[in-house]
Amino acid sequence: MSTAPARVKTLKIDDRDVSGREEETILDVARQNRINIPTLCHVPGLSPVGSCRLCLVEIKGSPKLFPACVTLVREGMEVVTKSERLASYRKMILELLFSDGNHICAVCVSNGNCELQSLAQNLGIDSIRFPYRFPKLTVDASHQRFVVDHNRCILCARCVRVCGEVEGAHTWDLMGRGTSMRIISDMNEAWGDSETCTSCGKCVQLCPTGALVEKGKSVAEMSKKKGFLPYIVSMREGRR
Amino acid sequence: MTPEELTNTITTERETQEKFKHHVCVCVAAGCLSSQSDKVKAALEDEIKRQGREHECQIKGVGCMGLCAAGPLVSVEETGTLYQEVKPEDAAEVVASLEGQPVARIKGPSEAPFFTRQVKIVLENCGKIDPNRIEDYLLSGGYQSLTKVLTEMTPAQIIEEVYKSGLRGRGGAGYPTGLKWSTVAKAPGSPKYVICNADEGDPGAFMDRSVLESDPHRVLEGMAIAAYAVGASQGYVYVRAEYPLAIERLQNAIKQARRLRFLGIDICGTTFNFNIDVRLGAGAFVCGEETALIASVEGRRGNPKPRPPYPAEAGLWGCPTLINNVETFANIAPIAGRGGNWYASIGTEKSKGTKVFALAGRVANTDLIEVPMGMTLREIVFDIGGGIPDGKRLKAVQTGGPSGGCIPEQFLDMPVDYESLNKLGSIMGSGGMIVMDETSCMVDVAKYFMEFCMSESCGKCVPCRVGTAQMYDLLHKITEGKAGLEDLEMLEDLCDLVRNTSLCGLGQSAPNPVLSTLRYFRDEYMEHIVNKTCPAGICKIKVPTEVTA
Amino acid sequence: MWTEFGSTTPPSSDTRWRIVGAAMRKHGYRPNALIETLHTVQETFGYLDEQALRFVAGALRVPLSQVYGVATFYHFFNLKPQGRHTCVICTGTACYIKGVPAILTAIEETYGIKPGETTSDGNISLVSARCLGSCGLAPAAVMDGDVVGKLTPLETVNRMRRWTK
Repeated sequence: MSTAPARVKTLKIDDRDVSGREEETILDVARQNRINIPTLCHVPGLSPVGSCRLCLVEIKGSPKLFPACVTLVREGMEVVTKSERLASYRKMILELLFSDGNHICAVCVSNGNCELQSLAQNLGIDSIRFPYRFPKLTVDASHQRFVVDHNRCILCARCVRVCGEVEGAHTWDLMGRGTSMRIISDMNEAWGDSETCTSCGKCVQLCPTGALVEKGKSVAEMSKKKGFLPYIVSMREGRR
Repeated sequence: MTPEELTNTITTERETQEKFKHHVCVCVAAGCLSSQSDKVKAALEDEIKRQGREHECQIKGVGCMGLCAAGPLVSVEETGTLYQEVKPEDAAEVVASLEGQPVARIKGPSEAPFFTRQVKIVLENCGKIDPNRIEDYLLSGGYQSLTKVLTEMTPAQIIEEVYKSGLRGRGGAGYPTGLKWSTVAKAPGSPKYVICNADEGDPGAFMDRSVLESDPHRVLEGMAIAAYAVGASQGYVYVRAEYPLAIERLQNAIKQARRLRFLGIDICGTTFNFNIDVRLGAGAFVCGEETALIASVEGRRGNPKPRPPYPAEAGLWGCPTLINNVETFANIAPIAGRGGNWYASIGTEKSKGTKVFALAGRVANTDLIEVPMGMTLREIVFDIGGGIPDGKRLKAVQTGGPSGGCIPEQFLDMPVDYESLNKLGSIMGSGGMIVMDETSCMVDVAKYFMEFCMSESCGKCVPCRVGTAQMYDLLHKITEGKAGLEDLEMLEDLCDLVRNTSLCGLGQSAPNPVLSTLRYFRDEYMEHIVNKTCPAGICKIKVPTEVTA
Repeated sequence: MWTEFGSTTPPSSDTRWRIVGAAMRKHGYRPNALIETLHTVQETFGYLDEQALRFVAGALRVPLSQVYGVATFYHFFNLKPQGRHTCVICTGTACYIKGVPAILTAIEETYGIKPGETTSDGNISLVSARCLGSCGLAPAAVMDGDVVGKLTPLETVNRMRRWTK
């Protein structure tokens, strides 16, 4: 054999014996074994950023928590993906996200097709403990086909990554920092005026909430097609 | 420069300096410059010319002498006399007194505990040498450690010395420096980089700035030794744009070091090559975090990345990178020169050597000091700092900046080292030490630091971006007297969340000021919440006027 | 606009662009010289306007949104012109506990500006700095480049008054 043999590690996730290649993450191996770990920022095929903190897991022997999306598997590691502590943190993080935007599901085109909403339902969130911060945000409908509603943006930066890494246009990026951070197109100008946007719609399809949507949809009509990304990624890998 | 050339240069410089009978040093670091020490220096120079004594008196611009609050400072090398709050008009008297008695009117305290209790390693040249002249640094023994390391030691041997010294990172976390160096040295991949973190962002800490302004070559020498040890050929100093004087002196020093071949190619006549470039920060505290700093050096937004991989394995442009801060590098030349065991003989069991502290706030001497690890807070604040002015009583000492905590009076006798401070819920941090008396409200102080963390949060991860904002809102509510006990409970839950789930050190330590004030000054929180009063009288609580029908 | 992307020809005949061009050339027009270049632009023109950002983006081949993202991430960069005079108030810990809040209130009461704002006549900009590193002189400020220490609210406002004459 000319290629180096892939090194395989065996480990335990939620008391199940599983195995993974050394370059795989805990999240990769968990998903292969149908163990669900919640995520918002992570999308297979885009570079991982580890920013939503929902995929934090416990590893026995360490008091620290580890983001499953970027932590590589190690031999003999014992991972816990579900515990009271993790559930409470995940709930609080989601509640923080709700408190930080203006998310009103009842009037949202993505109602019923929203990753933020469905995660909240799965974790049994029925009220938000933290005071709403009611930021004053805008809606930009200048694009011919799409709308960006900053009130519903959770700053996961999926749009930024898919635009830069897959489409190659890098129309989107983040401006400012902290609570004043926003997604912007080009020089923080109207999306419709963007010189670089190819109107491919990849950002819209990958957006987990109703922040980036197609025009002309009414409440609960916007369902997104995310299948293009694994397709593009596997085709590109196949060509290599 | 080869060892022989170095000896010759030093001899020439010594002969030049010995021609002068008197050496008068004027502090030209930022603190004294702001009280017009440049004018004092010019006045002294004029005065000497007027008296026709240019050949026997040398006026030297030097770096920080420590007593910044009493500037402009002038010292006479031969007698050790220190003058404080010197005005240009005093020049004639100072020059006239060189032969006789010192001018009593402006004489500062040179025998005080402030000087006698300090042990200066990092600051040994500060206030003594001219930061703009490499010759002056050479005369005080500069670049001899580098020459020795390059001509007599292997990389493994110098790492061993740093290991033995017990030196720990002076930027905050206190990671063992020798271990960091050996990790980078062993990491596969090339090229390798050495970065000096001079993005001193902790409010209340200014030692890095002082070292860069007063003794820039010492940092360059430390970096060059590190580069040899880990196998790097390019280095960067990442320095705050807010420190223009430090940047100017650093750039000047790099030019001089290149001219004399202490940087560049064939350093000290060997085949070792190493270059240093300056990169400017642009006002983002989070860039003190290693991965954010790297992003910034690469010209991007200063967002931290999850570790591992650590910069030691995959740092700048994915290459193994050694990052130490200014004070850490400033310790290297003395360690290399005098050996790791010498350094390890100073300090406590787990915290070796000295630490520079910026003593500020409600204390008589607000200054830059260097003391052995393990000195107690009481000695620092009362013996060296001169205690609390205006007959007030000490309430707490804040260490570690926005990542640290407030240490109450009852722990003043704890030795100051990494472990003890951690045990008290604070951290060493970069060495800011802010003294507070009863006029400070601890809830207000916690709110101040939370405001800092909130606006310095890069916004990448949710707990830090939104969590700090929610905590700030809650603290604001408490200081307005509008909060209830359920708000306090929410605040504590948020502290726990943000500390355990944030991506980088900024978020993970953001709750520390709240947690430590809650731990030691909970009654003050209760006063605000239950009795709607601020004991220190800082928070403006509007008592609702009762409507009587 | 589109066809000009990547051009190293300055947007106008203003000779100051030569300084910016030289800075980029020194770094071989590498994309990672973005922050260094923005520093040069701000030093030269006083602030970063849209034209400058577009030029830098093109010359260094960095996406427009990324340039704007970087310029707004770092608080040292100004995207708007500053007043003729600048007062930088230090809000570091030492300055804070020695009375900076009262100084800021006094400035706001006198000139109606908060940190980050400029008076409507474009005369004075008020800026807050995280820590000037002059803690020994707390409360400290930088007024048109000069560090001044041990300030009181009255003294600060009096010093600023000299600018309004």
